[in-house]
Amino acid sequence: MTLLEVSRLSLRFGGIQALDRVDFEVNPAEIVSLIGPNGAGKTTVFNCLTGMYVPRGGDMILTPSKGPPRRLNGLKPNQVTELGLARTFQNIRLFPSLTVLENVMIGRHCRTSAGVLGAVLRGRGTRAEENEILARSYDLLLRFDLDRQANDMARNLPYGAQRRLEIVRALATEPALLLLDEPAAGLNTMETQILDDLITRIRDESGVAVLLIEHDMSLVMSLSDRIYVMDYGRMIAGGRPEEVRDDPAVIKAYLGEAADAPPA
Amino acid sequence: MPRDHHPFPWAEIKRSLLVSLWFMFLTFPVMVIRVNTVERTVEWRWNNMVLVGAGSFALSFVWRWLMARREAGRVRAERGEQGAETWTMRIQGLRELRLPGLLAGALFIAAFPFIFSTYQVNIMITALMYVVLGLGLNIVVGVAGLLDLGYVAFYAVGAYGYALLNHHYGLGFWAALPLGAALGAVFGILLGFPVLRLRGDYLAIVTLGFGEIIRLILENWNAFSFGPSGIAHIDRPGLFGLNLDLDWTMKYLFFIMIALVLFTVFVVDRLQNSRIGRAWLALREDELACQAMGIDKTRTKLTAFALGATWAGMIGVVFAAKTTFVNPASFTFMESAIILSIVVLGGMGSILGVIIAAFVLMLLPEYLRAFSEYRMLLFGASMVLVMVFRPQGLITRVRRRYEYPLPQGLPDRRGADDPA
Amino acid sequence: MDYFLKLFLGGLTKGSIYALIALGYTMVYGIIQLINFAHGEIYMIGAFTALIAASVLGFLGFSQLAILVLASLVAVIYSAAYGLTVEKVAYKPLRQAPRLSPLISAIGMSIFLQNYVFLAQTSDFLPFPALIPEFDFWAPYAHIISSVELAIILTTAAIMVVLTLLIKFTRMGKAMRATAQDKEMAMLVGVDVDRVISITFIIGSSLAAVGGVLIASRVGQINFYIGFIAGIKAFTAAVLGGIGSIPGAVLGALVLGWTESFATGYVSSDYEDVFAFCLLVFILIFKPAGILGRPDAQKV
Repeated sequence: MTLLEVSRLSLRFGGIQALDRVDFEVNPAEIVSLIGPNGAGKTTVFNCLTGMYVPRGGDMILTPSKGPPRRLNGLKPNQVTELGLARTFQNIRLFPSLTVLENVMIGRHCRTSAGVLGAVLRGRGTRAEENEILARSYDLLLRFDLDRQANDMARNLPYGAQRRLEIVRALATEPALLLLDEPAAGLNTMETQILDDLITRIRDESGVAVLLIEHDMSLVMSLSDRIYVMDYGRMIAGGRPEEVRDDPAVIKAYLGEAADAPPA
Repeated sequence: MPRDHHPFPWAEIKRSLLVSLWFMFLTFPVMVIRVNTVERTVEWRWNNMVLVGAGSFALSFVWRWLMARREAGRVRAERGEQGAETWTMRIQGLRELRLPGLLAGALFIAAFPFIFSTYQVNIMITALMYVVLGLGLNIVVGVAGLLDLGYVAFYAVGAYGYALLNHHYGLGFWAALPLGAALGAVFGILLGFPVLRLRGDYLAIVTLGFGEIIRLILENWNAFSFGPSGIAHIDRPGLFGLNLDLDWTMKYLFFIMIALVLFTVFVVDRLQNSRIGRAWLALREDELACQAMGIDKTRTKLTAFALGATWAGMIGVVFAAKTTFVNPASFTFMESAIILSIVVLGGMGSILGVIIAAFVLMLLPEYLRAFSEYRMLLFGASMVLVMVFRPQGLITRVRRRYEYPLPQGLPDRRGADDPA
Repeated sequence: MDYFLKLFLGGLTKGSIYALIALGYTMVYGIIQLINFAHGEIYMIGAFTALIAASVLGFLGFSQLAILVLASLVAVIYSAAYGLTVEKVAYKPLRQAPRLSPLISAIGMSIFLQNYVFLAQTSDFLPFPALIPEFDFWAPYAHIISSVELAIILTTAAIMVVLTLLIKFTRMGKAMRATAQDKEMAMLVGVDVDRVISITFIIGSSLAAVGGVLIASRVGQINFYIGFIAGIKAFTAAVLGGIGSIPGAVLGALVLGWTESFATGYVSSDYEDVFAFCLLVFILIFKPAGILGRPDAQKV
């Protein structure tokens, strides 16, 4: 059963066709990469999936493991997250004045339910829920090596740790599919390797599928089960890493016409 | 041996001189000349010119010094150095002070109305009312980050609610109190619902508009609200049917307000340290990321807005009972601005800060009689100064350090930097 | 028909004044995305300064024409000076701060200036001399529109033309447009952004001063609080037309002026201010971008 099926997704911005009948799919516990030159529309796809943009045409269907298929079109961002789709952002968007632990605890919001009355009365149910939030959040921090900074403010973390925190926060929402937008941007080789292991662990330990936008080709090739390539708002290729790497359309998109010219 | 380690600061003096000249020029018409076109007189007040000149000269040095400090602080923050623990943070951490402090406070409060005159008690009641109003608005502005400039509308709703119900149906204070709170909540939801999706500045203006509309309706819809003359002879709070005189009513109201303040502090503190409190903070930090984490921003905003309004409505009832008279002139934009400055001055989100700020802003003009004329002037100036030099307010908010229960079998690696 | 014409022209007059003030709001918002709450007070200070100048000049025995010109000049100079000072003190230090901060600072400034004038002068309504005389040659039409009102409309129209030419054809105008579109980019290509911002405040404040003098001449009295109401209405006008857009400010101001005029003329005059506020709330709820505005997108 396909986890996420996107068909004929289209979106215009004024005179520009940002997305032109984009098709792709993601299967459960799969790592899929979305690559392409800058401006190809990759983040736009993410924004459509998460309800920040409203697509003009096409369907986005999410089928979580327990439940019927749900059409994501027209849903608000928080509804999409509740259904099981969580994301990170190209320019990290943590909550800078909150602590590391609190950032992750926010992720648990959509899986818990205490309201105003619960907050004020703090009955047994609410207290149990708070403890559960704390425990699960700290557990996540532990698993991803952020527990020592639990009480530090998020804005004081080094860059690599911030990127990691953003992913952990998204994981706290218990997604079926994790959308990572350029998670390796600004990371050095060693940090990128750590990221590689982290993403693989996420897939292996939690069964979460990952769809990532990336420019770091070695990371993409190493991680991905499948790769999709976009250019000018269109999906121009899709398949296993080896297939995509040798696809002439992909080479042309990245390197231009000159790549076609026969060697002199 | 060089003698010039500290050369005479001519450049600095010259700058301050220029600033002083500029302000003397700027304020010349308004401060020096006073026209009275009714009596056709012109009054020249040259002493003001001297005042402005000397004052701006001196303040110019202070300003530049404060700016330099601000820059230094900013450079340190950019370099990533953790801010040094401010003295306010340190005081909040002093656990040993708590019990004796509370005991002393309780004794003082119990004795207060019997030591001081009715007039003083009256002032203190007003201060306590603004404490609650400040805490209420603090939820909206300080925690959730929604700039509400029309808070006075909910205050008016509570006050007029009690006034009208008392006038037409003889409803008593104690019955009106929860009703006022409920009215506040209802209006909070009604007014909040259409506007909370607006961006910060627009939200501010719309709420201001709402506040003014309500005041204007109260002023002009004579049939309903009795217009500018207002409603008088509102019942004071009764104590088991006893009819209290002014003196005892004030003492009574004082204790009622103390109770309400304690109640409010309790509720607000619980709210801030809960699931919903965290959601509000996240909303204030980054609305977009907040939504991406599954938080329904509209519902969260509306909850904050309505809760804030509830307190205003409640205190509105107290106001009507205390003054026994309400009219639209008590509910101007200036009221909203005063309450806002309490929140801003106190430190957005800090309960202790708001309490202190309310006392400072309410009591200082009373006890420094000479300055009470300049009260609004100082409000305005302090809002600007706080934003420029100390945006975090009086009390730096201490982020909660969690003592998390460690699930079985997980290693405890907290030792490193957890002094608590 | 005469009544309709009277209301129409009355609305046009009001709208002209609102336009003069609204331009200040919209230009400042376009450049630094700040609602200059204190702008209404600049308008009020312009009127007060004109009054003070006119009184002193009157005592010194200047002719009415000289008083009009000189008092207006003084008002403009002082309003520009106040606008400049407010910017340097309350807004410039907060350019990097989160958006709530300069807004609160602006509110504080507004309160400060109101009370400054109140304390330094008086809380009473002060009669304002009719600086613009009733022209004899206009008498036959005076029942439809007075000389003062005509003067207001013509002055505003002339100012609009000059402003448009300035923005469109001068180097400074180009710099202002560039800074409004992308402040960082403008800085990178060598535009002195600080200077552009200062000039924007100067122009906005000067226009407000002219508005202050004109309307004070017409209404006949001023007090320290007139800035608040005029400010809100002018802001409504700016938002109505699309904040950040200069033609929008003028359009919004005219719409507001006519709405007020016809509503009070045909419906009820008690609720005059309520119309402006309701219009404001309505526009912000249903179309915050305004008539000519474009909703700005947020890059994620």
